Amino acid sequence: MGTWTWFHKLASPPHFYRIAGKMIPWYAIPAVVLIVCGVYGGIVLAPADYQQGDAFRIVYVHAPAAWLSLLCYTVMATAAAVGLVWRIKLAHALAAATAPIGASFALLCLATGSIWGRPMWGTWWTWDARLTSQLILLFLYLGYQALRSAYDDITKADRASAVLAVVGVVNVPIIHFSVTWWNSLHQGATVIRAGGPAMPPSMLIPLILCFFGFTFLYAALACVRVQAEVLRRERNAHWLQDAMGARGAKE
Amino acid sequence: MQTFFAMGGYAAYVWSSYALAALIVAWNVGSAVQSHRQARERALRQVAMAAATASSRAP
Amino acid sequence: MNAPMTSPWAAAGLVLRRDLALAFRRWEQVTHPVVFFLMVATLFPLALSPKPSLLADIGAGVVWVSALLSSMLALESLFRADVEDGTLEQLTLSGQPLAILVLAKTVAHWLLSGVPLVLASPVVATAFGAAGTAYGVLMGSIALGTAVLSLIGSVGAALTVGSRRGSVLLSLLVLPLVMPVLIFGARATDLALHGDPSAAGPLWLLGSMLILALTLTPFATAAALRISLE
Repeated sequence: MGTWTWFHKLASPPHFYRIAGKMIPWYAIPAVVLIVCGVYGGIVLAPADYQQGDAFRIVYVHAPAAWLSLLCYTVMATAAAVGLVWRIKLAHALAAATAPIGASFALLCLATGSIWGRPMWGTWWTWDARLTSQLILLFLYLGYQALRSAYDDITKADRASAVLAVVGVVNVPIIHFSVTWWNSLHQGATVIRAGGPAMPPSMLIPLILCFFGFTFLYAALACVRVQAEVLRRERNAHWLQDAMGARGAKE
Repeated sequence: MQTFFAMGGYAAYVWSSYALAALIVAWNVGSAVQSHRQARERALRQVAMAAATASSRAP
Repeated sequence: MNAPMTSPWAAAGLVLRRDLALAFRRWEQVTHPVVFFLMVATLFPLALSPKPSLLADIGAGVVWVSALLSSMLALESLFRADVEDGTLEQLTLSGQPLAILVLAKTVAHWLLSGVPLVLASPVVATAFGAAGTAYGVLMGSIALGTAVLSLIGSVGAALTVGSRRGSVLLSLLVLPLVMPVLIFGARATDLALHGDPSAAGPLWLLGSMLILALTLTPFATAAALRISLE
């Protein structure tokens, strides 16, 4: 079997449904383990920061949240593009599944960042480049969800929101670039340097564990949500009836 | 233990951030599972209806 | 027997001329956004304070935000009428590349909504205490900015033309996408109004955004229209 056969098999809903179901524990269990270890390492084991004291420990949820919000947008936009160009419904399902996850972590990133900023900078919010572009990212997510919900027909919703996701992804580096440039013109704006390579291993390792843990968490969540999307979209498909009917007969 | 929870005076900030993170993770898990369950129930109903109409048409 | 095919650019010219001709019959579609622009700009001194020092600080930003909001309003009418009377469907079936026809419509839209804003902007700028010497850069930056707004906005308009929720949804989609335009445009205008020659920098960036938008958005808009019309 060549690579393309594998790809086409994966793009078929019943096959993907089964694989996703099998993968869930393989993603969920490492996620739990890594996150628990990372958080424990970050809260208990890591030494307090010289400048920020114990407040820096917020990084162990704030940075992974930021990472996930960007990862999800990239996955969403890529899946949307694949779905548009090759008309693979499963790709649209992945985009739809990823959006709420990404949006929630963008929100978490902003919220934890704001909480962290209060004791550190003395303010809940500042129009810093990173904050502003993260906020706009959240707006893009919300716009995507809003456009999806505006269409009753799933196919139209898929394709319209896919166009938006692709146009939006072009905008993400532009936003980041323009906001960075804008802030550098307004002298006196604080530039955040989150984490940074000058972190001792005792602080860095839990952070890396958290990054991986949250990524595995996303993978597990995406599998569950894509399964739900498949069920919702393939309601009239023969395989679904057999799969559900067989189980229905047993009940 | 007390010093641990005090988080060097930043207790409110650190613990509220972790609480929020726990909330968001919990919402994600719950929402994904619920979405899956709802889709399953709807699919089961659809299949049951299809089976019912098929059997009612059988001679 | 086949009639000779018009070139895509000739067809685009026809679409452009038609849109302009139609607009002349419904002149309010041109004047209402301008009045809205002036009214929104007025809100700021009313809500904040009419102190000249404050107005000088916020003048450029106010012009830009008002122009942005006015453009959002005007975008509604870009495709709606043509969708309702079936013209848009005919355009997609015409055999001409839809992206070029869509570009023609967007150009017409800019001529009807953007250019009036360009002409009205010195009025607002003066009301906020700007010196007459800055008018050239002011109008240039508004011209570039509204052009980019029309192009990016056309994608949003195409995506939402089929939905019932219309204008609020349109704004929700387009506003995050045009924030960079606002940032550079307002920056350029602010520098210009304060006589700073480094306004050239943001203007060049605005220009490159325009070129990017010109080459990419018509295809996105055409794709979005086909999806909305299915």
